[in-house]
Amino acid sequence: MPNHSFKLNGQQVDVDVEDDVRMLWVLRDKLGVRGPKYGCGINVCKACTSHINGKAFNPCAVPVSEIEPDDEITTIEGLADSEGKKLHPMQEAWLEYDVAQCGYCQPGQIMAAVAKVRQVQSEGREITDEDLDEIRNICRCGTYMRIREAIKAGAEKM
Amino acid sequence: MPAHRRSSAPVAFGHRDMGRRRFLGYLFAAPTLAVGVKLGIDLAGGDTASAAIPAPPQPADLYDLSDALTDAARPTANLITVVVNEDGTVSFDLPRAEVGQGITTSIAMIIAEEMDVPLDKVKITLADARPELVFNQLTGGSNTIHAMYTPIRVAAAIAKGALLDAAAAILQENRERLTSREGLITGPAGTVLSYGELAKAAAATETRMVEAPPLKPASEFKIVGTPQNRLDAYDAVTGRKQFAMDLDVPGATPTMVARPPSIGGTVEGIRNEDEVRNMPGVVDIATIRTGVAVAAETFGQCIDAVRALDIEWGPGLVDGESDDTIIEKLRAAAIPLPPGLPGAKVIETDFTFAFRSGSPLETNGAVADVRDGKAEIWYGAKVPITAQAEIALLLGIPQTAVTLHVVQSGGSFGRHLFPDAALEAAEASQKMGRPVKLMWHRTDDARHGRTHPMTTVSIRTSYNDDAVLAYHQHHTSVETDTQHGLGEAISAQATKLPPGNYSVAQSLFLLTAKTSYNFGVTNQLLHEIPLQFPTSSVRNVYSPDVRLAQELVVDQLANAMGQDRYEFRRAYAKTDHLRKVLDKVAEMGDWGRSVPDGVGYGIAVHDEYKMIMACMAEVDARPETVNRPIRNGKTGPRVTKVWYAAIPGSVVVNPRGMEAQLMGGITDAVGLVFTAGLHIKDGIPLEGSWDDYFYTRQWNVPEEINIEILEPDPTLEVPGAGEAGVAAACGAIASAYAAAIGEIPKFFPILHDELGFEPKPLVPPIPESPTNGLDFTF
Ligand code: FES
Ligand code: FES
Repeated sequence: MPNHSFKLNGQQVDVDVEDDVRMLWVLRDKLGVRGPKYGCGINVCKACTSHINGKAFNPCAVPVSEIEPDDEITTIEGLADSEGKKLHPMQEAWLEYDVAQCGYCQPGQIMAAVAKVRQVQSEGREITDEDLDEIRNICRCGTYMRIREAIKAGAEKM
Repeated sequence: MPAHRRSSAPVAFGHRDMGRRRFLGYLFAAPTLAVGVKLGIDLAGGDTASAAIPAPPQPADLYDLSDALTDAARPTANLITVVVNEDGTVSFDLPRAEVGQGITTSIAMIIAEEMDVPLDKVKITLADARPELVFNQLTGGSNTIHAMYTPIRVAAAIAKGALLDAAAAILQENRERLTSREGLITGPAGTVLSYGELAKAAAATETRMVEAPPLKPASEFKIVGTPQNRLDAYDAVTGRKQFAMDLDVPGATPTMVARPPSIGGTVEGIRNEDEVRNMPGVVDIATIRTGVAVAAETFGQCIDAVRALDIEWGPGLVDGESDDTIIEKLRAAAIPLPPGLPGAKVIETDFTFAFRSGSPLETNGAVADVRDGKAEIWYGAKVPITAQAEIALLLGIPQTAVTLHVVQSGGSFGRHLFPDAALEAAEASQKMGRPVKLMWHRTDDARHGRTHPMTTVSIRTSYNDDAVLAYHQHHTSVETDTQHGLGEAISAQATKLPPGNYSVAQSLFLLTAKTSYNFGVTNQLLHEIPLQFPTSSVRNVYSPDVRLAQELVVDQLANAMGQDRYEFRRAYAKTDHLRKVLDKVAEMGDWGRSVPDGVGYGIAVHDEYKMIMACMAEVDARPETVNRPIRNGKTGPRVTKVWYAAIPGSVVVNPRGMEAQLMGGITDAVGLVFTAGLHIKDGIPLEGSWDDYFYTRQWNVPEEINIEILEPDPTLEVPGAGEAGVAAACGAIASAYAAAIGEIPKFFPILHDELGFEPKPLVPPIPESPTNGLDFTF
């Protein structure tokens, strides 16, 4: 079986798995990293949102063969560490606004939120309601309103 | 008879005079302090006297679903147990499911309050199936806090009393001179003993019945009634919260099921089993009742194998049915409305509600290890006892050989009332002889998962220039499956309804359907047709449709009688509470102000789960809003603002949690009114994921949702919030839309006619995993 190597939450990992297995299953089933959730497997629900080299991506839609050894994959488990903190400011905002209900969507929501804020900040802007409207992550418990508040609050600390 | 029960002298269930009532419990012989209390202590309900009622009271006015579930729990009660551990923590094994509604936090708050222990020292776990609890282990009808508030307080009070006794003995002091705070007991000389230190000393050497000390008066509450964050929030935001598919059960192999191209279709044969067995990662294949199960090293390889399977399918259960044929059947089966009153003017309106999906974000899934005549199952069961029994029956082993662990779920919306995934996992594990973790694909969940069934509603109301004289509302619906134990609990109570002899569904309907207005002769009924779609009680069950239809007819009545829609509702509202919440939202939303053409606002009420609620909503239906572009999404009219007010029953344990639940209900309503519906074609929904089942998304979220929880009514019982928000919000949003476009919508969701997506193929049953994810990074 082919061997694949990449950086995962700050550590180089190796895994033996077929080339076409999507990253979500490499993370969850092979490496036991269960923060990224399955909600569709077709890049729609965004529950699996993680980061590749600091940008949001959906591992359910990326074969492991597309990942290079020097690519840095960050999942919710590694988000705070990536900034050398116990909790990322966005996670803190999530706690402050008591966003989570069932919590299933929230790892993906937080990872998407961080990427979205980084994106607008790199454009030299502040996050707007239109930016928030672009976030596609489903929350079937209906926590969207608190998500919006938390993103705005978290953005100020990023 | 409930009416009789209600007419007895008012007895506070809430915190008003609980301190004076006495309850019994047990001290168990155990290594550390353990207290048991019966669930369903016999507590008479509060007196819910309403204003003078010209319309005869309806069943739901007298005795609603909350009462039925609570009463169902009474005679068969067994013990729940609070344990104090040596590390100073207090543990409680909750016989309920946590599916996101926040009950673990509320229950911990109740225990922390009564015991004077810090909230983070209370550890709540979910109990395995406990058959002896019978109806007491059933999560549904927003009933948990309603049913458990007092029993849990009693157990906690006894535990604290035992700790005080133990401390008194050690310190050789009079118990009355000791104080308890933050998990510590302090003597008059300042000596401090922690609950942890006392846990062993306070333990009983033999089990005995004890009387509970007086419960803490509400005036001393420091935790209950204050806004608290969820106790599992940290785990949720760090990715540590575990759902069924996150559990590490040794050897459990990822497993998925290839499902038929129409609901209930059967496997006639597999044409290429050997070929698929040789695919990379594939471990095993077994035919189960619902399809062909494939186990593989990763779920990704399960997806590939399911897609590769070439299966010969037999017919399904509803192959001939599509939206149109079902509507036709419903219309034909409808029980005719009584004629309008002679000489009166009549308004008559028909509504249709499409099938709606109960799919949570976490798809159906369960872990099962069935070997050597024993089964161990991990599943987020809301009715674990029934689930355990069904699993035993399917596997052909005794119920006592099935251990069912209740795990946290990523939402339920009716799905977890049934053990669908647990049955499949158990069967697959038995046939494969290995532990499996079985998960539904999103497309499985959308197409084969349980739904809220299609319903037609006919309303006829008679009025003259002075008053509304009669109101009849008939629902005709595809059958809702209530064979999950919730059904048994309700049917057991149905005899309490005057005059008895209803089906389970009719009982449930009658226990929840209300006309909140004095409209003279009033009747609401439900008639079901037996089509075998997989259905269940989706959040708030019948109420969203009941309210939405009723409130739109109320708008028509107000307009026909030349009255303002809000003033009209005030005048006809059955109770002062309803008037109060109507006034509140009208004030919050500045009722009466002018808005641009194409924008409108509406108002509605709802009263259920010991919550009296009103909602005002504003909708922007101007073309530039309706047509705002969103990739692969339905935009449509936008709900811009929502104002919501509620008078809760006696105790709001966690206002922050209640607000979150109401917000969730309102968010559901946005989708239910405009976009979230299933299109049935040839016996199966066309929808196969979230970009075709248009649940509310960020681009549909209102700019503002303002919720005010008003002073609780001490004469009402403890409220439940999990489902409460949906119905009034549906009514207000539909009313706002009608005002915006100047026309009453008759079909829901309103945008059902625009399909808005390309349906995914039925064979293979699930779509392939995309490979272009890196094109969409941001
Ligand atoms: S699971 Fe990856 S987007 Fe849904
Ligand atoms: S919190 Fe349950 S899906 Fe978002």
